[in-house]
Amino acid sequence: MSLTLAPAPVSGADRIDLVRAKALGIRRCAFTMVHDAQLGHPGGDFSAADVLASLYFGVMRYDPAEPRHPDRDRFIMSKGHCTGAFYSVLALAGYFPEAQLKTYMQPLSKLNGHPNRNYLPGIETNTGPLGHGLPVAVGIAIAGKLSGKDYRTFVLTGDGELQEGSNWEAAMAAGHHRLNRLTVIVDRNRLQQGDRTESTNGLDPLDDKWRAFGFHVEMIDGHDHAALLDVLGADPAGRDKPLCVIANTIKGKGVSFMEDNVSWHHGVPNADQFAQAMKELI
Amino acid sequence: MSAAPKIDAGLYDCRDTFARTMESLAEADERIVVVVNDSVGSSKLGGFKKRWPERTINVGIAEQNMVGVGAGLANGGKIPFVSCASCFLTGRALEQVKADVAYSNTNVKLCGQSPGIAYGELGPTHHSIEDLAWLRPLTNLLTIVPSDPEEMEAALRFAAAYEGPVFVRVSRYPVPAVPHTRVGVEPGKAEVLRAGDDVAILAHGVMLSRALAAADRLAAEGVSARVVNMAWMNPLDVGAVIDAAGTGAVVTVEEASVRGGLGGAVAETLALNRPVPMEMVGFPGFVPTGSVDFLFEHFGLTAAGISAAALKAISRKRQ
Repeated sequence: MSLTLAPAPVSGADRIDLVRAKALGIRRCAFTMVHDAQLGHPGGDFSAADVLASLYFGVMRYDPAEPRHPDRDRFIMSKGHCTGAFYSVLALAGYFPEAQLKTYMQPLSKLNGHPNRNYLPGIETNTGPLGHGLPVAVGIAIAGKLSGKDYRTFVLTGDGELQEGSNWEAAMAAGHHRLNRLTVIVDRNRLQQGDRTESTNGLDPLDDKWRAFGFHVEMIDGHDHAALLDVLGADPAGRDKPLCVIANTIKGKGVSFMEDNVSWHHGVPNADQFAQAMKELI
Repeated sequence: MSAAPKIDAGLYDCRDTFARTMESLAEADERIVVVVNDSVGSSKLGGFKKRWPERTINVGIAEQNMVGVGAGLANGGKIPFVSCASCFLTGRALEQVKADVAYSNTNVKLCGQSPGIAYGELGPTHHSIEDLAWLRPLTNLLTIVPSDPEEMEAALRFAAAYEGPVFVRVSRYPVPAVPHTRVGVEPGKAEVLRAGDDVAILAHGVMLSRALAAADRLAAEGVSARVVNMAWMNPLDVGAVIDAAGTGAVVTVEEASVRGGLGGAVAETLALNRPVPMEMVGFPGFVPTGSVDFLFEHFGLTAAGISAAALKAISRKRQ
């Protein structure tokens, strides 16, 4: 059985409208979860929302009814602390009911602060400690190559996360094996937990680093749905190397008082801030 | 069970069994792959690589990536055997072992090569006397310490057939065949190799044959020592430990730190269930420079040392 995009594929302008609507849905769901739990990482949820919406509603092939279908495209949320956005996109994609999002980080909830593949469908590997997603993605891509499968593997990393050396071990292997069906997306919001990435342990020139490790690199606006769909949806058969998409994003994107503000890395809203944000997220 | 090549007067290098069994498993199941960190030679996987170069995934000197890649291969339907010196596999990549393999509950088989003090004079950076303590809290990571070629082959065949994470400690120190009383390995089942009522010696791996030799020495002195093969660190055979306490004195023997490994596991079990005098034979911490044989001798991981520990435990029960 071959998988098709779920939900049903749409094309052209309709597709961009769908992704835009889903990205907004992710932000609203995620911020509601963070508000209710008074826990979470909303800044990174918002910077990643458009990437997630593009993947799940315009690029990946999967079937929520058969979450471990051997031919599925894989997505790994390496920035595992951004479960507000990740659980929201999984719910919107149909892996579990949206009502379950209300249990986020509640006692004994399946929606742990960091994702657990044994708790919920649609999660490929347990992340949380940074620098774990890309090595696993490399293994998945090698397995696909060995088995002659055409699934694609996507992994979303934070940018501060790239300070972890394990990423570069994996990047070297991805380049060495020319894993053309592997795509790394860097959520390049330029802020990490405590400060700007470039003031902490600078990453630039980030594109050159990935090129040096054997990747084809695309730098795009990570909130431009058309660009995301175009670059992420391109047929990997046309490449002989893995793809790195540096998605230039804004931490807290979508809410005026949160944008590019490091305090919203794991800041949580009070009632007034929540009401203001929900007014803006329409 | 095919015969392993003898390397010296009835002694075997279990890595030969490891290599031969991996090839046998790979012949039967194309999902079997090996993942190494430039450790093809030290894992004795040269033959495997020659037959299945594409199924030999050498990530180079990058252990964190090696374990993550293993988890990814399992996700893609493969059965990866990740083979690497135990010190680097369990030390350098401990967080990947915890998160990507154990906590994620992936179908990855970790093969800790040349554990304990196998690297002798190379020193504590290359020794792996901490691995059992580091892995023991990962309760779903089945952990076995085989004692000889027969048990090594059985452990690997079990690991391949079992759906879930397994750690196999693969020793290189020459060992004799142990006269097993069972066929194969069943998780969490200890094996009583010799009956005895005065003291129970609980051992595994390279130390098991030495525990039997210690029992011979004790018998010559009129002491009846039970010898129990505690190959499974996880799950631990709690019943066998409690039974062992019935002798009134217990000795643990392991090629590992006495903190947190077999000794720690047995001490916890005894304290909670049936406290009796206990002695631990193993390493107290980082060891000084010396050959493997020197270090075994120096720290009493010998038949003489084990029997002395047994007599001490017995003397304490009579106090």
